[in-house]
Amino acid sequence: MTVAVKTFGRIGEAAAALSAERGARFFGGGTILMRMVNEADPDVATIVRSTDPALARLAVSSGRIELGAGATMAAILAERDLAFLHPVARTIGGPAIREAATIGGNLFAHSPYGDFATALLALDAIVAIAGGFGQREQPIEEFLAGRDRGGRQLVTGVSFRRPAADSFRFVKVARIRPKGVAVLSIAAQLPLASGRISGARIAYGAMDRAPVRAKAAERALEGRTLDAAGVAPAVAVAAEGAAPVDDAIASAWWRREILPVHLRRLLLGAGA
Amino acid sequence: MLEFRKDIFADERDDNLKEVGRPTQRQDILGHVTGASAFYDDHRFAGLLHLKILRSPHAHARIRSIDDAAAQRAPGVKRIIRAADVPVNLNTLLSLIQFGKDDEPSLASDVVRYKGEPILGIVATSERSAREALALVRVSYDPLPAVFDVEEALKPGAVSVNATYPKNTFEYYGKYDHQKLRYGDVDSAFGQCDVIVEDRYQMSPIEHAPTETNGSIAVPDTNGRFVVYTSTQALFFSLDTAAKINAMPSNQLHFIGGTVGGGFGGKVDTLTEPLAILAARLTGAPVRYRLSRHEEMQFGSPRGAERIYVKDGAMRDGRIVARKVTAYFDSGAYTRLSSYAAVKCAAHIPGPYTIPNVYGDVYCVFTNRTPATAMRGFGVTALDFALECQMDKLATAIGMDPIEFRILNAYRDGDMKAHRREAKNCALIECCQVAAEKANWPIREEYRRMSSRRGAASAPHASARPEAPRRQPAPAPVQQRIPYDRAGEPPAPDAPPPRPPAPPPAGSSHGATRFSSVFGTRRR
Amino acid sequence: MRTPVQFSLNGEEVAAFVEGGANLLDALRETVGDLTVKGGCWQGTCGTCTVLIDGAPRLACITLAETCAGRSIETVAGLRRGPDLHPLQTAFIEHFAAQCGYCTPGMLMAAKALLDRKPSPTREEVVEAIGGNICRCTGYEPIIEAILAASRAGDRRSA
Repeated sequence: MTVAVKTFGRIGEAAAALSAERGARFFGGGTILMRMVNEADPDVATIVRSTDPALARLAVSSGRIELGAGATMAAILAERDLAFLHPVARTIGGPAIREAATIGGNLFAHSPYGDFATALLALDAIVAIAGGFGQREQPIEEFLAGRDRGGRQLVTGVSFRRPAADSFRFVKVARIRPKGVAVLSIAAQLPLASGRISGARIAYGAMDRAPVRAKAAERALEGRTLDAAGVAPAVAVAAEGAAPVDDAIASAWWRREILPVHLRRLLLGAGA
Repeated sequence: MLEFRKDIFADERDDNLKEVGRPTQRQDILGHVTGASAFYDDHRFAGLLHLKILRSPHAHARIRSIDDAAAQRAPGVKRIIRAADVPVNLNTLLSLIQFGKDDEPSLASDVVRYKGEPILGIVATSERSAREALALVRVSYDPLPAVFDVEEALKPGAVSVNATYPKNTFEYYGKYDHQKLRYGDVDSAFGQCDVIVEDRYQMSPIEHAPTETNGSIAVPDTNGRFVVYTSTQALFFSLDTAAKINAMPSNQLHFIGGTVGGGFGGKVDTLTEPLAILAARLTGAPVRYRLSRHEEMQFGSPRGAERIYVKDGAMRDGRIVARKVTAYFDSGAYTRLSSYAAVKCAAHIPGPYTIPNVYGDVYCVFTNRTPATAMRGFGVTALDFALECQMDKLATAIGMDPIEFRILNAYRDGDMKAHRREAKNCALIECCQVAAEKANWPIREEYRRMSSRRGAASAPHASARPEAPRRQPAPAPVQQRIPYDRAGEPPAPDAPPPRPPAPPPAGSSHGATRFSSVFGTRRR
Repeated sequence: MRTPVQFSLNGEEVAAFVEGGANLLDALRETVGDLTVKGGCWQGTCGTCTVLIDGAPRLACITLAETCAGRSIETVAGLRRGPDLHPLQTAFIEHFAAQCGYCTPGMLMAAKALLDRKPSPTREEVVEAIGGNICRCTGYEPIIEAILAASRAGDRRSA
C-alpha cells in the first residue's frame, strides 16, 4: 500500500484532515516524516500538506515576533531582523536540510534533535495550534511536555517577545563541525536589570526526550551578576531536572558531566 | 602534499620509472564527476523484484516458530525465502582458502546469535511491499542469555555462542584455541629490566559506513546463468562464495563490479549476493538486495573491537627488552575475517621494533555481537595504537625523547623479528627522521645519522637472536614499575645516552627496492 | 495510487507518475531514469543525493516528489554543457577530489549551489556549504581545494 498525499490550500482544512484520520501525519519540511515514509512505517498512511502562505509567514517587529510553523531554517537565516536566531538556525543540519527543515517540524523532533525548539523554550514562546476544535494557544513548555501524548494537532506558528539586545545566548555542543548532532544544546535568555539577572530563562536540548527548562539554574541566577562568582550557584545546580539518555552521540553520564562546563561558559560569554 | 624523498636509499633504487612517483589521474575520474560511473545499482531491469530480510531483534534467542502466512498473501509478494530454501546454509568466508569451519547460516533456522541476524527473506514487486509484508511475519522466540564481553565469553560456564565453536574461540590448525608467539624469555627479561609499563587497551567496533551500502542485483541470463551486479570489493571471492551457498558451478555466475561506492573492508563479506541469486533462481526474475543504512550499520560487519593487554620492560638506556601481549579479538557471533586478523596481530606484536624477548597470546573470540570483518589494516591498527601508546609511556618513564626512543628501538635490516622472519627493507628510522624534521622536532645528531641499513657483513640472524640481543644490556639497576598516569620516579639525570648502533656500511647488500615518502614507506 | 508530477529537470520538461509518498530520489532514479543522482541513506543524513531545487540545495531522498511540481531541478547530469565540463568538474579532476566517486555528484551540486550564489567564497563558506555531505574516502581537503580552484577559475573567466 502506498501513502496517500492530501494537499490543502487552507490551514483549517489541513487541520481537519489531520484530526480525522489515525494514520495521518502533517508534512512540515519532510526531514523527519520522509524517513518514516521511506522505511514504510505503518504509522504513516496519509501525508497531509498545506500550501497556505500563512504557514511560512515571518512577522518581525521590535516587540512581538511571530513565526509561521512552515518557515524554514533557511528563511530565518535570510531574515536580517532575526539575527539573534541565526546562530541557532545555522546549527540545524547542513545547508540542504536547512532549506527543508521547518520551525514546526523542529518542535516535534526527538532528542538529540530539536535545537530550535530549545531556543524557543528559552524565549518563552507561545505555540499556536489548529485542531478539529479550532485555534488555540499553548505555552511552549506545556506543549513540549504533552507533545508525545497529544492528538494529531497542527502547529501553525510560534510567537514570543523579542529578547532584549544581547540577552539571548545559544550554544550547541557537537562532536563534528560544521554539521553535528547535539551532544547537548543550551539556550538562555538573560535579561539584566541594573547589571543583575532578572527572570532568566534557560533551556536544554538533548538533556531529556524533549527540550527542558533548567529551572533550578534559573532560580539560582536571579539577582546575580554574570561573573564567575555570580554564576557559580547556577552552575552548581545545572543538571537538576535534566534526564538525559544514552544514544549514539553520547552517554547520559557524559552529557551530565559536561553540561555545567558549557553552561558556565555560556553564562560568562566565553563561547563554546 | 605528497613529497618524495628520493635522496633516501637512492643507491638502491632504479629511478627510471614512468609511473611510480608521478601523479596519475584515476582512469574513472571523468565518470565520477559526470555521474556516468555505473555503480551496481545503476543498472535497471524490467520486472525488477526487491528482496528484504527479516532480522532478529534479539542478541541470542531460540526461534520457536515462524508464521509467514499473512506475509505470503500480502500485496506484491512474489516469494518467501526460508532457511530451508538455501542450498548450502552454512558457510564461512575463508573456507575458500581452507581456513576455518563453516559456521554462519545465510538464514538462521533454529537459533539467532546476534541482533540483526537474517531469518527470512521476502521478494516483492517493490521495496515498500516487501517491507510491509515483513511487518506481517510473526516469529516466536525464546530469548537466551547472551555474552557481549570477550573475556566473559572465555570463562568456564560462559554462554556458548556459535555451535561450530562451542568454546567461543576460533580453532587454529584444527587444535589451538589461540595464536601463540614465543620468542626469547620474557619472564627473566622482566626480572632484569629497569622499567615496566603495563596497560589495557579497549577498542570500539567501527562501522565502515561506505556512502553506498552493500547490495547486488542478480539477473537471470541465458542457459541458466546469472549476471550479478555487485558492490563487492572482492569480485571472485564473492562469486565463489555465492556459488558455494547456491550449490551451483561458478561458471554459471557472471559477476560485474569494480565500481564500488566506498568499501574499506566492509564489502568483502559477500553479504547480499548469495540470497539475491537464490531469489532470482526462485522467482525467475531480476532481484535487487540492497541494504538500508540501518541494515548496513546493524548487519554489515564492523571492524571488530579488540581488547589488548600490553606489558613492556625497558632498560634505562632506552632499549625495550621484553614485551608481553594478550589480545582478544571480538569476532561477533560468527567468523568473517577476525580469525585472520588475530594471525596478523600475532605477527605484529613487537611492532616495527626489535625486541629480544616477546610473548603473545591472541584469541579470536565469539560473542553475541554483529560479526566483525576486515577494515583497513585490521589486526594491526588496533595493536599499533596500543603499542604506540606504550612507546610514548615508555619514553616518558625512561625520560627519553619519544622519537629518539623509537629510532633506537626500530628494526634494522637483518634484525630477526619475533615471528622469525628477517627484517628487510626497513625504513622506520628514516621516517622518524623526516617526520621530526617536518615537525621541527629536535633530535640529537647521532639519531639524525642513524640508518635502517645494516651491512652485508653482519650475519642476518646472529644479531637479533633472543639469546644475543642486538645491543648489550646495561647492568640492571633496581627495577621500578611506573604507572604512566601517575608521576613516576624521575629517571636518573645523568643516565648516559644510549650507544648508537654501528654506522651504516657503504652500499647495499640486497636487491630490494624501497623508497620513503613523508607519509610512510612504500615497499616493492 | 500514482500521481502525475511535472517539473523541469536540467532545463527539460519532465512528466512522471510517482507512487504516493515517493521521494524525489526514487522518482528521479526509478521513474525518470536519471541515475547520476546517488542514494546513500534515504534518511537525510549523508548528503549523497543533493540536488538543486530552484537553485537551493535539497536532499532528494527526503523531498516528497509531489512537492516538486512546477519546480526546476538540477542534477549532475545537467552540469556539463555538451562536451565541455563545468569548472567544478574540471577542478574536481585536477585536484583529485574524487576517489570512489559515490559522494561526488552530491558534492558537486552542493558546491554549485554555493558558487551560483557566491562566486568567490571563503574557505569557511566552502566548508559550510559541503557540511551536510559525507565523504568516506577522506577526501574533504582535496574537495575544498577543488571548489576554491573552481571559484578562482570563474573569477578569471568573468574578469
